[in-house]
Amino acid sequence: MSAPRQHPLANVDWLTVIVYGIMVLFGWMNIYSAAVVDINPSPFDISQEYGKQFMFILISAFLALLVLYMEGEFFNKFAIFIYGTFILLLGLVLIIGTTVNGAKAWIQIGGFALQPAEFAKIGVGLMLAKYISNTKTRFNSWKPRFMAGLIIGLPAVLILLQPDVGSLLTFVAFILALYREGLSGNILIIGLGAVVFGVLSIITGFNRINYPFFGEQSGVFVLMTIVFVIGVIFMFLIRNFIVPRNRRKLYLITFLSTAAAIGFSYSVNFLVDGVLQKHQKTRIYVTLGLEEKEEDREAMLSDAESADAAAVTTKKKDDPGYNARMAKIAVGNGGLIGQGYMKGPMSKNKYVPERWTDFIFSVISEEWGFFGSFAVVALFVFLIVRIINMAERQRSQFSRIYGYCVASIFFLHLLINVGMVIGLAPIIGIPLPFMSYGGSSLMGFTLLLFIFLRLDAERLSVFR
Amino acid sequence: MNQYDGRKITIILIVCVIAIIYVVRLFFLQVVNSTWKEQATALTEEEIPLYPPRGIIYDRTGKMLVTNQTVYNLMVVPKKAGEFDTTSLCKLLRIKKEDIDNLFARARARGEFHRPQLLVEQITPSDYAAMSEQLYKYKGFFAESRTLRVYPQSVGALFLGDVGKISPEEYKKNPYYTKQEYLGKSGIEKAYEQELRGVKGINYAFRDNVGNIKEHAGDKEDMPATPGTDLICTMDADLQVYGEKLMQNKRGCIVAIEPSTGEILAMVSAPTYDPNLLVGRVRGHNFNVLNTDPQKPLFNRATQAQYRPGSIFKLAQSLTALQTGAITPQTRIHCNRGVIGCHGGHSNDDLEMAIVHSCNPYFREVMHRVVEADRDGSSRFKDARLGLEIWQGYIMQFGFGTDVHCDIPGVKTGSVPGVKFYDKWYGKEQWAFSTIYSLSIGEGEMLVTPLQMCNMACVIANKGWYVPPHTVKQIGLGGMPREEYMKRYQLGIDSSHFTTVINAMEKVLQPGGTAWRAAPKDIVVCGKTGTVQNAGGKEDHAVFICFAPKENPKIAVAVYTENAGFGGTWSAPVATLMIEQYLNDSIAESSKAREKTILDANFLDR
Ligand SMILES: [Zn+2]
Repeated sequence: MSAPRQHPLANVDWLTVIVYGIMVLFGWMNIYSAAVVDINPSPFDISQEYGKQFMFILISAFLALLVLYMEGEFFNKFAIFIYGTFILLLGLVLIIGTTVNGAKAWIQIGGFALQPAEFAKIGVGLMLAKYISNTKTRFNSWKPRFMAGLIIGLPAVLILLQPDVGSLLTFVAFILALYREGLSGNILIIGLGAVVFGVLSIITGFNRINYPFFGEQSGVFVLMTIVFVIGVIFMFLIRNFIVPRNRRKLYLITFLSTAAAIGFSYSVNFLVDGVLQKHQKTRIYVTLGLEEKEEDREAMLSDAESADAAAVTTKKKDDPGYNARMAKIAVGNGGLIGQGYMKGPMSKNKYVPERWTDFIFSVISEEWGFFGSFAVVALFVFLIVRIINMAERQRSQFSRIYGYCVASIFFLHLLINVGMVIGLAPIIGIPLPFMSYGGSSLMGFTLLLFIFLRLDAERLSVFR
Repeated sequence: MNQYDGRKITIILIVCVIAIIYVVRLFFLQVVNSTWKEQATALTEEEIPLYPPRGIIYDRTGKMLVTNQTVYNLMVVPKKAGEFDTTSLCKLLRIKKEDIDNLFARARARGEFHRPQLLVEQITPSDYAAMSEQLYKYKGFFAESRTLRVYPQSVGALFLGDVGKISPEEYKKNPYYTKQEYLGKSGIEKAYEQELRGVKGINYAFRDNVGNIKEHAGDKEDMPATPGTDLICTMDADLQVYGEKLMQNKRGCIVAIEPSTGEILAMVSAPTYDPNLLVGRVRGHNFNVLNTDPQKPLFNRATQAQYRPGSIFKLAQSLTALQTGAITPQTRIHCNRGVIGCHGGHSNDDLEMAIVHSCNPYFREVMHRVVEADRDGSSRFKDARLGLEIWQGYIMQFGFGTDVHCDIPGVKTGSVPGVKFYDKWYGKEQWAFSTIYSLSIGEGEMLVTPLQMCNMACVIANKGWYVPPHTVKQIGLGGMPREEYMKRYQLGIDSSHFTTVINAMEKVLQPGGTAWRAAPKDIVVCGKTGTVQNAGGKEDHAVFICFAPKENPKIAVAVYTENAGFGGTWSAPVATLMIEQYLNDSIAESSKAREKTILDANFLDR
């Protein structure tokens, strides 16, 4: 820490700032389109979502400038303090928070409500960066794994208590950053394998099968039997084809993984069938394509033609399968070049649910077409890759880790939010960064990004 | 640098793979697969049809017979109504509070609380004008306009036809219509449906997720409706009114045609009814009443009743026999009442007098000579087959056994039995003239409609041709009739053969003729009476056909009066009064007594 302080805005990565600006303004444009129904009032009307969003943009711009004028060192030094503050806020919200949509997630301040969960990611990112850069861990022992788990897990548990499953899920993103810092790749592979096997378990468990002797039971037992048989076959293969000195270890691995697979399969099924509430269960089934089959679609269409379409529509509004389908129809209706700004029939006629928040992407897709939706995905990929590249050029490990946390979080939001709209992910209510309506999320993501830009601007003056 | 720096590539790869999967998915959703767009259109678009006003129908003198009236249906969207002053609204609409309560409860039960419900039907324009000043105060209440047919003259119900809601069968057959649409069900309304209905327009609108309809701001251009074409029909309203009056308290019908054009001047089917009864709110109830009436007022006797022709058929027999050369006007035949009965004092008539006397044995022999003319000497059975074939050919040229190419929907063809019919009935070569001779005097298996009878009168008036009877004179004001009603159907009978028949018909209305009492002063009417025997011991049907004047005929009339008795007594006066009304526009003093007799007659209970 020696060289004379340069102008604070020198060395800032302006390309990223420009991409950020494009995303925010494009998002605001589409929030306006999504929220305006009949006449076209001023986009600055503060009583409306788009007017509020404009205000959030101004506040975010102010916060961004503020961060850029601060010293990057501050975030390193006060990482624990920032993390602690957000943990406190997450605790506080459980006591004094207001409940919206079943989640006690909001702290009311004057006329506005803040959602601490949207800011907590910043704290976790900074804290992880601080912990790893201080201990120089490579995650090859249990202690750092446990500590990292604790840093992520503490806010996650508090968020689960609200409960806000969507925000909780975004914490998975940090695993990607940990992977970069040496967390075994097997964890990623095992994780992926668990997802595939879990999906298989749910699909087989969805069917009821009439077993001999046991009567009607969940179909998951078929899967478990198959896994067991494969395990036994492996045992025989090992006995016949492997030299004796290696057998013991392989027996153990086969036995443990077979048992783990059976246990995992059963517990996933138990979780879905026994623990989750009906609507959550339905969401999972809808995503996996187990419910709302082709007949239902045809029935819905013929209903739509009949006089009572409206009644049917109202009835189906709260059904996640209906929402998923409406979002997908809106996306498909965009075509190559879109229906035109402010002209999307599915969006303007309110078929798309939550269209200025979580489903803003379907509004964009309908009105701007494949060109628009492709451009949004491309912008995000550009941003994420650019952040990763910037992270790699950091001399400070702290900055690099934090950069990866930022990229991972944007990636996970893109993965889930866009995936949900196009029917490749379950309906989980998390915002599309910079584009969805919402003060907390816009401010949170802005801070998240600009702290990294600040750190990056100082990369040359930081020795380590 | 350390061992994990390569993981940057892995992470970027993961990001890119996911992004590519998403972009490919987006490409399939948005560009490749068009079903999503179809679903979006089905959900969001509503094509609101714009109904054009139906064409107006005038009579041949320009009197308006059918027009449109706008009425208003008062609708309410219960959800939007909210709190309102029920008492004053009920007073305004002249309904009871329960009506509103019931409607709302029903709407709620059906899950239609947010959809428009019909509260008051068919409010007249004047009533609506009074209401509309107050109506704006009530949220969720609004009026929808609809047009109804109105019949200012209240005549010609079956001639003009009616308009009703489309039936499932009609809907299946014709893709132009929607399930809720109205179309012509009978008469001119049905026959000229395409001209009268105009062309629907389309208003493209949006439907939102709860069913509200919004004006379209999109790219599709609305199509305005093209109004229906007005028609001038062939009817003379005054004549029609008069005909309906003459037929009061009777069952039967009158058909009057202008011979030179085939234009139907009047078509009365009695008992008749006011066409305004089958319009709007009262339609359903009145239709049931009329439909179950034992006098069958909805049955168009002029085109659908099939009677045996009776003596009038002797005119067609005469012309056929003259043309085939079986007889000449001078042929005399003895009135041999051994095989078939006769009436009146005569014994050896020529053709003219045989027509005047309606001599049955004469015409039995006439047809005998037509049918068995020794065309095949080997057997009289074979001979009769050849003869009947020729006879049938001539008879059908008059329009018998056909629809006469008439434009009225649902006309019956009657039947002219031929070789096939008798072969089937008796067996091939099992019949000869002696088997089928009752045909010769218009009895037996022969069936005709009054329309065909009147058409035959036209053929005689024109001396050998006719224009198919039709109901519309001009399509579009100043327009033309349909093409097929501008050309003549020429019969293969020389015009010279008609003179004897026409002279005989003239004598029918002269002293000594069977209808001489019905003859009007100063008009030369040529006619023929008929009396059709009736199964079941009921009184005979009285039949009369005629045309007038003798030179350059202007009108031909056929009258059937069911169970009235003798044709000369009950149907001939009706026909001559019609002629007088049409030609003179008034009834002469000398005819008033006849008119009174007819007006007073009541045969409904027979
Ligand atoms: Zn005689």
